[in-house]
Amino acid sequence: MIAVVDYEAGNVRSVLNALQRCGAGETVLTADPAVLRAADKVILPGVGDASVAVASLRTAGLDALIRSLSQPVLGICVGMQILCRHTEEGDAEGLGIFRTDVRRFRRTDPSLKIPHMGWNILTHRQSPLFEGFPEDPFVYYVHSYYADICPDTVARTVHGVPFSAALRRDNFYGTQFHPEKSGPAGARILRNFLAL
Amino acid sequence: MVAKRIIPCLDVKDGQTVKGIRFQGLRSVGDAVELGAKYAADGADELVYLDISASQEGRRTFTALVSAISARIDIPFTVGGGIGSLADAARLLEAGADKVSVNSAALRDPSLIDAIASHFGSQFVVVAIDAKTVDGRWMATTHGGSRPTDRELFEWAKEAQERGAGEILFTSMDHDGTKKGYPCETFARLCDSLSIPVIASGGAGSAEDIAAVLTDGKADAALAASIFHYGETTIRQLKDDLASRGIPVRILPQYGNA
Repeated sequence: MIAVVDYEAGNVRSVLNALQRCGAGETVLTADPAVLRAADKVILPGVGDASVAVASLRTAGLDALIRSLSQPVLGICVGMQILCRHTEEGDAEGLGIFRTDVRRFRRTDPSLKIPHMGWNILTHRQSPLFEGFPEDPFVYYVHSYYADICPDTVARTVHGVPFSAALRRDNFYGTQFHPEKSGPAGARILRNFLAL
Repeated sequence: MVAKRIIPCLDVKDGQTVKGIRFQGLRSVGDAVELGAKYAADGADELVYLDISASQEGRRTFTALVSAISARIDIPFTVGGGIGSLADAARLLEAGADKVSVNSAALRDPSLIDAIASHFGSQFVVVAIDAKTVDGRWMATTHGGSRPTDRELFEWAKEAQERGAGEILFTSMDHDGTKKGYPCETFARLCDSLSIPVIASGGAGSAEDIAAVLTDGKADAALAASIFHYGETTIRQLKDDLASRGIPVRILPQYGNA
């Protein structure tokens, strides 16, 4: 059973739909600690303001629970950012799983658009999530904040600066991009996660 | 480097896609979900669905259609047409839309942009501006270009950005449906004046036109309808053409179904 964490942090419909398209089988949207603990895989989605998202997670009493999970956990976009140590967005503390901080893109060049929106290339891939790609794939991004490169970085993308496109520490995985919106490449990444 | 995006636009009425020349003389061209899936498989980077139904019944049909699109399509899609309130935006978010575009309602009440952005994030709000030249100035219009407003394009786009818009979709009503190309100097000025991405719309007749607006016009994305719907070019052909001109685009490889 796949559990998607329900903590009122944006649009979860597209994640649920993508899981169905990938043949994920039984998928539940839940904030129930017992169900989350029992799940084979846990997905932490998130869009919008990361400081609001992490506050919702704490209000729901799920922060300590998520830290204690031992099955594969995938944070997507803001769901990844709140697993980091700290974010500049609302100056908020994250769950501190990934050993990096989240910063806002700076417009060092007038042609650099913020948010970073659209398809960009994944490089330096080193994770089972990215098996099956003979070439660096394009994936879909929409974000104004990014996680610095760190020892947990398992893929990179460049938007003005290189940043963590994906992170992994132990059973925790995170993608800054949206696999659920990244066409066939994203579907492959989700299937790779489901196969862990 | 982020790729330049190619976005087919599907005008929807009662669940069917239509496209008109200058919004008049609508012609039906097909099933909205199937057409979107075809474009996605051919390499479209996003899709835009515009609801042009005038009736309440048409609006309900459109919301159901958005759910069907979300279930089927694995690339981002924007929905627009008749979004006049935060509740409209919330309903479409719930149905699975990735972004909403607001146009006339935002001109009437600019705080709608702030409201949607603060509730659902800037990434969810595209501000569409239909502008045309009036006495040498680019002015925002409503009602398919027929009613000019007192808002000037550049200042309105800047205000929309400051209120929380995540993207600007600019259609030149002087060029829409004419296939004579885009006003590239106007696009370049608009793109230079904003920090958020700009989608160019209205006037694409050829790959040359699209290449021009993505380079000289500095646009981040190009939206088109007719050239795809009537099979004049495919997305794949267009992107191969753009890539051969050195424009960064996402060419969809074949991953198989492994």
